[in-house]
Amino acid sequence: MMHTLRLRALSRRTALGALVAAAGLLALPGLSTGARAADDVFIPNIVELSGAGAVSGTNWRDGIILAVEELNAKGGILGKKLNVPHLDTQSDASIARAQVQKVMDDKPYVILGPVFSGSVLVTMTQAQQNEIPEIVGGEAAAITQKGNPFVFRTSFGQQASMPKIANYIRDGLKAKSVAVLWVNNDFGKGGRDNFMKEMQARDIKVVADVSTESGQVDFAADVVKLKNANADAVFVYTNEEESARFLKEARKQSLKGAMIGETTLLSQKVIELAGDAANGVKGHVGLSADAPVASLNEFGQKFKKRFNYANDHNAIKGYTAIYMIKAVTEKIGKFDSQAFAKALHGMTITPDKEPGILMEATWDQNGDIDRASFLGEVVNGQQKIVEVLPKIGK
Amino acid sequence: MSTPRILAWVAAAIAVAALLYAPMVLRSYGVYLLALWAVTTIAALGLNLTLGYAGQISLAQGAFVGLGAYFTALTTNAGLPYPLAFLGAGALTFAVGWCLGYPALRVQHHFLAFVTLAFTTLVFLLLRNEQWLTNGIYGINDIRRPTILGVATGRNVSFYYFALVMLALFTFVQWWILRSPWGRAFVALRENPLRAASLGVDVRRYTLMAFAIGSSFGGFAGALYAPLVQFIEPNSFQLTYSLKLLLMVLVGGAGHFMGPFFGAMIDLLLPEWLRFTQGYYLLIYAAMVVVLMIFCPKGIVGGFVILRDRLFKPAPVRRPDQPAGGTAAKPSA
Amino acid sequence: MSSVLQLLASGLATGAIYALIAVGFSLLWQTSQTINFAQGEFVMVPAFFVLVAMNLGLPFPVAALVGIVVAALVLGVLFKHVIVDPMLRHGVLPLVVATIALSLFMREAVKDFYSAQAQPFPSLVADRDITIFGTVFSAQSLTVIAVAVVVVAALHGFLSHTRLGRMMQATAQNPSVARILGIPVERMILYTFLINAVLCAVASILISPIYLAKFTNGETLGLAAFVAAVIGGFNQARGAMLGGVLLGVLDNLCAAYVSAQYRAAVPLLLLVVIILFRPQGILGRAEERTV
Repeated sequence: MMHTLRLRALSRRTALGALVAAAGLLALPGLSTGARAADDVFIPNIVELSGAGAVSGTNWRDGIILAVEELNAKGGILGKKLNVPHLDTQSDASIARAQVQKVMDDKPYVILGPVFSGSVLVTMTQAQQNEIPEIVGGEAAAITQKGNPFVFRTSFGQQASMPKIANYIRDGLKAKSVAVLWVNNDFGKGGRDNFMKEMQARDIKVVADVSTESGQVDFAADVVKLKNANADAVFVYTNEEESARFLKEARKQSLKGAMIGETTLLSQKVIELAGDAANGVKGHVGLSADAPVASLNEFGQKFKKRFNYANDHNAIKGYTAIYMIKAVTEKIGKFDSQAFAKALHGMTITPDKEPGILMEATWDQNGDIDRASFLGEVVNGQQKIVEVLPKIGK
Repeated sequence: MSTPRILAWVAAAIAVAALLYAPMVLRSYGVYLLALWAVTTIAALGLNLTLGYAGQISLAQGAFVGLGAYFTALTTNAGLPYPLAFLGAGALTFAVGWCLGYPALRVQHHFLAFVTLAFTTLVFLLLRNEQWLTNGIYGINDIRRPTILGVATGRNVSFYYFALVMLALFTFVQWWILRSPWGRAFVALRENPLRAASLGVDVRRYTLMAFAIGSSFGGFAGALYAPLVQFIEPNSFQLTYSLKLLLMVLVGGAGHFMGPFFGAMIDLLLPEWLRFTQGYYLLIYAAMVVVLMIFCPKGIVGGFVILRDRLFKPAPVRRPDQPAGGTAAKPSA
Repeated sequence: MSSVLQLLASGLATGAIYALIAVGFSLLWQTSQTINFAQGEFVMVPAFFVLVAMNLGLPFPVAALVGIVVAALVLGVLFKHVIVDPMLRHGVLPLVVATIALSLFMREAVKDFYSAQAQPFPSLVADRDITIFGTVFSAQSLTVIAVAVVVVAALHGFLSHTRLGRMMQATAQNPSVARILGIPVERMILYTFLINAVLCAVASILISPIYLAKFTNGETLGLAAFVAAVIGGFNQARGAMLGGVLLGVLDNLCAAYVSAQYRAAVPLLLLVVIILFRPQGILGRAEERTV
């Protein structure tokens, strides 16, 4: 008895629901991106604005906002204003794919983002199919190893930065053994794998391989492991906050061996957060507002003024991406996506011609970037640059 | 037939026609999103079976989608034909779901939520750490779309129709299960396990069954997800995804047949509808869910049922102690 | 050996924080069957109340007090009246979903209206290390342990040795009988919400110098609080304390000696074992089930 009644109710509910479903579907054609003014340039930015990648993503976005505001105030590129909407991937590859599909429907000139390597790998296939250049923030080695002629980096891939660190450990520190502490996400794992390869190539023994979680607070166990390994040098590859917490714990337990890092470990933010514990840290500095380059420092101040927080390297990547577009477009003299990709391969952009690029940079046939970088050290709470590593091409 | 019934069948016909016609008016993005909706709905249907009908809270549905997706990606890359991989994904998640059902025999409600939550995190850790098998944090790229009955699904439109057919199939399976003795047993379990047992329902078997079938829907959805997105990574199947699916089912209306369809649609399309709010859509979505739960804890479909009951008098009920709308018609604000 | 002691010490400090959060969590469960999936965010947000107060020019101690009071009002009174009360009679599920959505709301609100960046937070004590028996403690973690112990002890004393506390316990154990005995059940439930909010605010002020104030902080904390509460015993404040400390220590020992990649798995496995074989928790009393 009860069942028949329930079932009747069920079918009625089902049918009623269908009524609403129909209404919902009718609203679907509204899915188009809406009308755009025909006289602007459509350069959508697809990036992590919520979820695990939100911090990198907002930096990247704000760097872009800053550059776009500057450019549009001066009349845009070739007299056309830039239209740069920001689409959230929610740090999820399936959404990233949806977003790239969506902007492709509106024939973009160039697309920007994402930062997460997984999302980059998904979106760049779409970019290639549609022959639209994609300027990405991802640093995974794989991105530029797939022979995709439409993908371009804004910073060193890990396959380019790790050899620099490795040379420094071999020649500068003359270390015989090294320990690695890395954050177990696609950024940290990618860096760690490339680092291991470089160590093997240089016959330096890796005596400890310690994985940490992103957002980790307690590093006691990790430092205990590193202490037991007793390595000449410890390579730390985690995000800013975790780096600072680790440095404090390492000092607390008096961990021996030189602390070596790549960009983040020597950043002003880590120094601020870790205090004295950051003193003595050494390593390689790629893009950083603290680098001894006037244009980068000025950018840092401009950014702070506009957004009221200190930028990380992702903001610089986003900012220079827009100026890359400007320089290339002015060179080819038109808005042509395919010509853009062709022109950028092998191109060098210098700050005296295009100040917004901040530092001279060259893109090779794979879309990898080459530019100068630095070896530095933290002395008395300040980043000190010890050596300038010139561009490889020079 | 009563007025609401006729209205409703007309609406159902319109909805199906609209879904079939959609690719003609939508561009590539809209079609992809609708395909994602179809796939997500299948997973939500499964969760609705476990949670809405059988009353077992599960925070593991996202993990089952992940298991199905990884199984499909790995086996098809190894050369297994897609249909076999598809069935395999369902079988695997059915088996795992059956095992996960065992704790449900001992504990209920929030404790079960915690057990399934632990399961989800463990699956994520396995997918991330066992790189030899899953390629770890890097994920699996370039998953090929299958050819079904001679039709290549490489284009979004063809994959959409494939996903839509699958959605129709699983909708039918769900409908069939619910009107079978199993379905009645599930509902009896949710309403009153003791009485169900005293009426001769094998509580043990049906609890495990509800879990296993619900989970296998997740697995099948995963088998569709992998070729749709063509890239999978462990991060996609973290706890957040399971929570999202849970939200979909409850926002749509747990225990209502149409609930998951709406829940999934809202979750996927809301960012679209709220685009004018810039970056604030998640904030608004969250606020809307809270408000919905306050004023209409039975979800959207539940709300419609209440509305309908007020507009049209419900069909005469033979026994006064059995309200026609089932749980939905129980007195609520 | 010294490294084991070091791990225990660190685990204790982390565990003390988990305990503070777990105690309030289980209190809510006992008196109102509320499973608060936003508990982690309840700890994340008060730090921002304090930061806002400081941005308005208040000195830190005053700002901290303001933060606690605002937390008590918003996360205690408002949370109970606006969200929990209308939903309770519809069973556990709508409330679970509402608190999940609430946690998302709080995270997004902080990210959108304050900042996505981690914010430095003033510390109650100087950033120093203290060596006791060859084991190094930071002054901050000693403070955390001390405050946690005092707070939980005071709470325990209050609940079992004062009239009001016993009335609250009676409400938790059997609301209908409590009502017959003339206990103002509604008010007692409100008190537990207030206590939970204050505990969360205190935890927030204690941890933010170490964790930094950031919108994502709640994610791990909330989960840890669940696990601690279940392991120790859902219906016992003492149990939550034990669960928290056990969790902190276990996490450290596993990361050092079992597997760092799977460190998150060990507490969860323990959770499953406890649920299956001792669902009332290590210190908990068995509850009569009303099926």
